[in-house]
Amino acid sequence: MIRTKVRDASDKQPAISRYRSRHVLSDAALKRLFLWPTLALLISINIFPLFYSLYLSFTTYSAIANQPPVWVGLQNYRDILNDSQLWIYFRNTGRFVLLTVSLQTIIGFGLALLLREKFRASGVITTLILIPMMLSPVVVGLFWKLIFDPSYGIFNYLLGYPAGRGPEWLASKELALWAVVIVDVWMWSPFVMLLCLAGLSAIPDYLYEAAEIDRASSLYQFWRITLPQVAPLLLIAVLFRTIEAFKTFDLVMGLTGGGPGDATELVAVNLYRLAFLGQWNTGKASALAYIVLVIIIAVSNIYIKYLNRIKEG
Amino acid sequence: MSKRLFVLLTLLASLILGACGGEAPPAAPADQGGSSEGTSNQPAASSNVNDLTIIWAEWDPANYLQQLVNDYTAETGVQVTVVQEPWGSFGDRVFTEFAGKGTSYDLVVGDSQWLGQGATQGHYVELTDIFYTELNGEALAPATVTAYAEYPKGSGRMWAYPTEGDADGWAYRKDLFEDPQEQESFKARYGYDLAVPQTWAQLRDIAEFFTRPDQNLYGVSIYTQKDYDAITMGYQNVLFSWGADWGNPETYKVDGYINSPEAVDALEFYKELYKFTPPGSSNVFWQESIDHYTSGQVAMAMNFFAFFPGLANPASNPYAEQTGFFSNPAGPTGERHAALGGQGMSIVSYISPERQAAAKEFLKWFARDDVQKKWAELGGYTCNATVLNSEEFLNNTPFNRAFSESMQMVKDFWAVPVYGELLEVAQRELHKYVVADEGTAQETLDTIAREHTQIFERAGLLQE
Repeated sequence: MIRTKVRDASDKQPAISRYRSRHVLSDAALKRLFLWPTLALLISINIFPLFYSLYLSFTTYSAIANQPPVWVGLQNYRDILNDSQLWIYFRNTGRFVLLTVSLQTIIGFGLALLLREKFRASGVITTLILIPMMLSPVVVGLFWKLIFDPSYGIFNYLLGYPAGRGPEWLASKELALWAVVIVDVWMWSPFVMLLCLAGLSAIPDYLYEAAEIDRASSLYQFWRITLPQVAPLLLIAVLFRTIEAFKTFDLVMGLTGGGPGDATELVAVNLYRLAFLGQWNTGKASALAYIVLVIIIAVSNIYIKYLNRIKEG
Repeated sequence: MSKRLFVLLTLLASLILGACGGEAPPAAPADQGGSSEGTSNQPAASSNVNDLTIIWAEWDPANYLQQLVNDYTAETGVQVTVVQEPWGSFGDRVFTEFAGKGTSYDLVVGDSQWLGQGATQGHYVELTDIFYTELNGEALAPATVTAYAEYPKGSGRMWAYPTEGDADGWAYRKDLFEDPQEQESFKARYGYDLAVPQTWAQLRDIAEFFTRPDQNLYGVSIYTQKDYDAITMGYQNVLFSWGADWGNPETYKVDGYINSPEAVDALEFYKELYKFTPPGSSNVFWQESIDHYTSGQVAMAMNFFAFFPGLANPASNPYAEQTGFFSNPAGPTGERHAALGGQGMSIVSYISPERQAAAKEFLKWFARDDVQKKWAELGGYTCNATVLNSEEFLNNTPFNRAFSESMQMVKDFWAVPVYGELLEVAQRELHKYVVADEGTAQETLDTIAREHTQIFERAGLLQE
């Protein structure tokens, strides 16, 4: 458009048009002007670090050592995969992901079904339920640390235990992971609920009306209408939560610091210890980060394939 | 695209890159970096430097330092700012700055364990040449020089000026200890008087005596946190007092030291103390220890002396008037040691030679006896022996006498460049045994010995 206008003008006023044509940007130049900064940012902030960290994962390197990386091939990957300690952290992470995502799906979907029908103050209740996911995980961790405190925390009190006599949620190796799961579920079930609510509100009423005419039971309607219709959004929620649960760090640090012993040491927490906190083992930390990335991509692919299958009917 | 636009974008990019680049770093320091060669002998060219920035953790001593350095500004006109970073991110912030060879800070008040990395990786300027001549090094308590300034230990090479001395000590409830009824029942049960413990065995008895869950009262609060170095620092108090050690600091041999029978006994003892802590004490460091004490839950609390001003202050501790302080008691053979805290002040090697010279001028001023005296008056824990042993200092607060005593017997964890890896192993294994109740003390220390040996081998430090 700009170019056309310039040409029109140049027919009438040749001197002015020659002047303008040198100073007005062409469409292509304008496109490049918008694209290049974005591309430069993407390359410098995303693409370059991605490939550079891949390179570093094959080296012995510390970001603070003032020494160049030394190529060691697959040594870091071999060390990680042969480290029995790290397998414990992977096992913990797997358990954590399975427990949190399953519970969040059930609770989130359940809440969405309850809040689907509009009732008095349903908007306020929905907003209140969403509050936990708006909080900072570190703050949530610190608050729940107090809530779980066996001496003066409210959690054991609500369970009916006298002060100081209830279970030590964060100090017991059997309960600590459950404590983190409870907090994560409290925090993120509303997210699943939100996506499910969006899915439920998109189901056309005539489907249920037709089902009722056919005298279909509520359970039948749920299995044959509600669930299949919500499934794509539910699966997206599950996908997001799985990826996030794999990367859980701040909640664990705020609640247990990875303890007691190895009970709540998740891969992301150990990755932090390896990459920072005095160790600064950048090479090995990069290798571990790539292993986590590959796992997340693999799991995501399974979800996406399933999602596509659902969409295709 | 027109040529002009291209030139404009190129110019813009150059400007941005130039701005990001900052000041050109000085030439890489010789001899493992960080040496003062080429800079230390230069005359102080501080005339063009009008400001200096110090980074330290966010806590009261940093506020005291900011108060103190205002005097330096008044004397010289050089504005000194103490930047404070929360403890949780202090190490990461400083080392990220080092990784980028940053020049944001001229001086860093760094942990004693950072010395190895600071010295060998070129982050700190070496101060050996001026330490005893211009930095008043002779006036410092010898244990603090080894702990906060020297690397490698015993080499005579200095990298920091000991700034904030600190060690583990104890706060206790005098009202409980001096209660006639408590004293009577204690004597009836243990056969000796209830008083400030002289041995760790007595401390254990007292902890057991005051552990009364029905009254929500417990014997002790000790470090158990897994996160960074807490449980290791706590265990060190007994490890050293039992006559054991992490290893041989000259050969870096570990096997036979950290898993010696004395070390095993010490670890079993530390785990026994854990029985007398309040419920939910699986993640305790200085903050949680303060909470336990100020909430009236414990009779004795382990903590660094740096936090005792808060416990002696009625505004922050309802039991302040009834609080007494003591240093670590003796182990089974009479040895007494305290785990070291505290920091030394180092000059960052990436700042310009001119700024390094200005930073040295500041350190010379800070090291003066009269400045150290004022530092102590403000609340800083000086390492200057003259001030430390003066009656004025000893009587200044209820805890200074115990602090002065502790600073004569401090010992530290490894301060080598691989200390982070060593610490991770110690934290993990000690936490498993003490808190998660996994394995035996011998198995725990054997694992630590094996993994520490591997780390020293990989780092090329282990000498056969």
